[in-house]
Amino acid sequence: MSLADLKLRLAQSQGLIIAVVVFVLMFTLYIANHPAGLTVPVVTTAANKAVLLALVSMAQTLPVLTGGLDLSVGMVFVMTNCLASTLVSGSPLEVALGIVVVLLAGAAAGFVNGAIVVYGRLQPIITTLATGAVYYGIALLLRPVPGGEVQEDLADFMTWTVFDTVPTSLLLLLAVVLLVWLPFRNSVVGRGCYAVGSAEGAAYMSGLPVGRSRLAAFTLSGLLAGIAGLMLTFVTFSGEASAPIGGTYTLNSIAAVVIGGTSLYGGAGGAIGSIFGAFILRTIDDLLFVFDLPPLWQPLFQGVVLLGAVSLGAARVFRIRNRLELFN
Amino acid sequence: MAALVKHIDRPVAIAFGFIVLLLLAGSLYSSSFLSANYLLQQLQVAAFLGLIASGVMLVILLGHIDLSIPWLVTVGGMMSTAAAGWWGPEWAIPFGVFCGLVFGIVNGLGVAILRVPSMIFTLGINAVAQGIMVLHTGGFAPQDHATDLMHWLAVERVILGIPNAVFIWAALGIAIVVMLKRTPLGRYIYAIGNQEGATCLSGVNTKLVIISCFAISGMCSALAGVLLAGYSSKGYQAMGDPYLLPAIAAVVLGGTHILGGRGSYLGTIAGVILISLLASILSVMQMPEAGRQIIYGCVIIGMLLVYGRGQKVLG
Amino acid sequence: MTHEVVTEAQAPLPHRATPFWQMHGITKRYGGILALDDVDFACERGEIHAVLGENGAGKSTLIKIAAGVVTPSEGKLMLEGHEVGFATPQEANAAGIVCIFQELSLMPDLSVADNICMANPPGRFGFINHRAQRRRAEALLARVGCEDVNPLELVKNLPLSRRQMVEIAKALGREPRMLILDEATSALTAADVGKVYGILRDLRRDGLAILYISHRMHEIEELADTCSVFRNGRHIETFAKGARSDNEIIRLMIGREYTQVYPPKPAHREPPPPALTVKDLSWGRRLKNVSLNVGKGEIVGLGGLDGQGQRELLLALFGVLRGVSGAVEVDGKAARLSSPGQAKSDRIRMALIPEDRKSEGLLLPMSVRDNISMASIGRFTQGPGGMFIDRARQDARIDEMVARLSIKCGDTDSPVGTLSGGNQQKVVIAKWLMTEARVILLNDPTRGIDVGTKQEIYQLLRELADAGTAILFYTTDYDELIGCCDRVSIMYDGGIVRELKGEAINEENILSSALNIDLNTGPNQPAAAGEPRA
Repeated sequence: MSLADLKLRLAQSQGLIIAVVVFVLMFTLYIANHPAGLTVPVVTTAANKAVLLALVSMAQTLPVLTGGLDLSVGMVFVMTNCLASTLVSGSPLEVALGIVVVLLAGAAAGFVNGAIVVYGRLQPIITTLATGAVYYGIALLLRPVPGGEVQEDLADFMTWTVFDTVPTSLLLLLAVVLLVWLPFRNSVVGRGCYAVGSAEGAAYMSGLPVGRSRLAAFTLSGLLAGIAGLMLTFVTFSGEASAPIGGTYTLNSIAAVVIGGTSLYGGAGGAIGSIFGAFILRTIDDLLFVFDLPPLWQPLFQGVVLLGAVSLGAARVFRIRNRLELFN
Repeated sequence: MAALVKHIDRPVAIAFGFIVLLLLAGSLYSSSFLSANYLLQQLQVAAFLGLIASGVMLVILLGHIDLSIPWLVTVGGMMSTAAAGWWGPEWAIPFGVFCGLVFGIVNGLGVAILRVPSMIFTLGINAVAQGIMVLHTGGFAPQDHATDLMHWLAVERVILGIPNAVFIWAALGIAIVVMLKRTPLGRYIYAIGNQEGATCLSGVNTKLVIISCFAISGMCSALAGVLLAGYSSKGYQAMGDPYLLPAIAAVVLGGTHILGGRGSYLGTIAGVILISLLASILSVMQMPEAGRQIIYGCVIIGMLLVYGRGQKVLG
Repeated sequence: MTHEVVTEAQAPLPHRATPFWQMHGITKRYGGILALDDVDFACERGEIHAVLGENGAGKSTLIKIAAGVVTPSEGKLMLEGHEVGFATPQEANAAGIVCIFQELSLMPDLSVADNICMANPPGRFGFINHRAQRRRAEALLARVGCEDVNPLELVKNLPLSRRQMVEIAKALGREPRMLILDEATSALTAADVGKVYGILRDLRRDGLAILYISHRMHEIEELADTCSVFRNGRHIETFAKGARSDNEIIRLMIGREYTQVYPPKPAHREPPPPALTVKDLSWGRRLKNVSLNVGKGEIVGLGGLDGQGQRELLLALFGVLRGVSGAVEVDGKAARLSSPGQAKSDRIRMALIPEDRKSEGLLLPMSVRDNISMASIGRFTQGPGGMFIDRARQDARIDEMVARLSIKCGDTDSPVGTLSGGNQQKVVIAKWLMTEARVILLNDPTRGIDVGTKQEIYQLLRELADAGTAILFYTTDYDELIGCCDRVSIMYDGGIVRELKGEAINEENILSSALNIDLNTGPNQPAAAGEPRA
């Protein structure tokens, strides 16, 4: 790659680079002010919470790339959590099977979303608003009250570290990026998602299978939400059909996507940016805790931060000098 | 009358058809379903949803969406009861609606001036409103009670046994219909929903129109919250949560296009009644919450598939 | 996918018994409208076949059928003597038919390489081989003479002219046997147009069949071997190059006699009182101290090469741009350019006919009536505080306007999207005439419009001017500048370099000023700020 190419690539990755830098700064601030400092327990706890949101944010990124939004991603997260709390226990074979079923359930939920959008030709927002209710209902059926169990050794392993240094959750995230996201991004179907989000009509005219790409985006999104739900079960050792949790994760995932540099209008960005967006959001929460913000003020602060984050990321008004461009 | 019938579009007719079907189905389940008392009670509950749906419809006509409904309803309920406690009962309703107005204007500013996509900005405002309410109540359930006037409006029936709430909804509805059909603002709303750029280039102050619609939506949600507080005699946390999905569903089922630019208020009325009937039937059948959520979702998808579809993408 | 490529001599192929591409009895109905009526059409390999006709003549539908975007209601398509049918553009591409549409089929957020290799990227198992893709893109870019474009660059960062060249490169990458171009040169710079001519001639020599649609007569003359004229959805005539004169061709297109294109200009008279005065208007790097004025009843044209700031000037005057500095006066009153609403206000009364009527000038799904009334609703109010719309008065005025401009529509309640391009543009103009504007700005108003409607618009502009309206309009067509305008200001690099009046408005002067060359002394130094050259 020549120097000109390198410069181009850097210019095109501006959003991601900023997100990474901001995260590193914030996390350093957090560790510096934490009474225990840079120890394995502190980093692992932070990592576990961050990875949960990161996975859900990756899930949200895919439909956003195609120009839509998924309001059901938090509910798929909750639903797969409840399912896992029922299935992922017992003998190793039962556990393995349980994990497979949970992941399939997530993918199936995503597939249903995608099928309704593509073949039913409905708008993603209203579709996922409605399917979110359905997934929440299923979660309630599985877990009318919080409870359930999960294979303890596995849960301990997933929520602790490998070689006593690197949090397993981070390795899981890395594995997902390497085995799911990067191959997808380099595939024809994956590029099709970007094309659809950028200019759907043009993509169709170029002979791209628009429907197939969209469907793939939603299905993969459901799978990622399923992985997140599974991880949640490992972290909490139980399943809970909580509408507030689902709603919060949905909103946070959208904010993470925006902070990470993915355009809400589709066609630009990526899941890696969303991961760092999620990390930033989680670090903000941790910072609130470390700086002793009174608990009563926390929801308001978090709300304002979320609002600020999405506004800054999505507000195009500051960069536009020709008002006509605002309407595109 | 003939002219009126000519103007009813297909989705609205289908919605009314489903209402009749539901009434018949319900009557099979229980004979008291078609009694005047029961129907009026349905209308009363529908009125609350109707108020919210009226505001949301305007926003959806613009091509936007208002996801801050849940906590703006709660703001209306809790701020009105609080104002009664702070300053006296005559301040309750005005203050509750005023708070909704303020939030609505903020929504409008974010969408029209900062150009943040409405679904995201209103989601954020929802979270901020929640934060403010948590702060206000100190995390505990609110202590203030609703005023007598609020209770009277929400619960009593003064004329012909028709609930007062229904009259409030009717008044709002008439105002909205007149506004949409006969005033410049109404024309601009449809125009912006169709193509904001061209509307702006025609010299229309699109920002003001957008802010106005979000302001109205905020006020409608808050007003519904006020009445709900009157109905239960107090405001309570998360009282608005059950209303977001039904409100949007009602508007969309009534034939208003989710992308904006098309829709009539008659359809919204049909949608509201339809959703309320559905909810009531489900509770009569003692369906657990899980089942209700699933049925809600499926009904919305199902009906949209029948007549809410978008165009296939062509070159 | 490789096709057999036949190398031929310069002369077009002799007609064979079975033409390469044939359309038999093709009819296309859209609801009640007959877009194509029993059309027979054929074209050969190794020839450039131009398709001519007014808007609404059926050209677009014809090529959309050939490209697989729409299917005919009746009739047969034959490729090399075999009947074919295309359900999607993909199928047409597979058969070797590639179309370059007026609306580009590029994805702005993706790279040039991604766009060029969108349909058939190199790679295995569904993955993309980026290096091979880049090489393929570079080869195709070189073929269209655009080696300076970096394949990694995002399409949205390229100027419009480059984007169109990328579009052409992309089409060539599909290895077409028949290439269809629909107004493909409308956004190109003169240099790039020359490159495209060269490419098309090379392709003709290589034995491709080329269908070329354009409204620009000089292009047709330059390129075409054969011409076909369509009118009202019917195929009128096909003839070889040179067999018909321009006038005859236009008569075939319109179907009626016409001799004069432009209405007469008023005799030389005293300079009229200024209606619009612009002083030192600047905006970033695109407008540099522009000063001009337009008098009452004058038609002033903006000329010059594409992209020298003409569009930006009109947008700035109408309040669309932010951060504009300078002074503007309308009828002696200072005007603040902060929004279109301000520009439209009673105090100022400016109007802008925008560049893209479909997205900027019209609300396509709404009725003709709603569109015409959109800018002037405030004038037709009644009731307390002007709260309600006076429908009766408004409708009467709208009907007047429709009659005056001869707008052809079913009835005023039909959606404006169903009208032809020329009639749509008339609706836009009608909308602004309803505001009784003092100053009318027009941004390339006759682009993509049929000859007949163009004439009506010229006539209308002169009538408005005679009634006292000041008109400033930008056009890429030199003939229009010469034929319509009382004065012409040529822009170059964001400033006005020359003003032409009366006899001085001719093609030589316009061209030389556009290239910033003084015919007497050679290429000029960059113009001093604000000074027009006499």
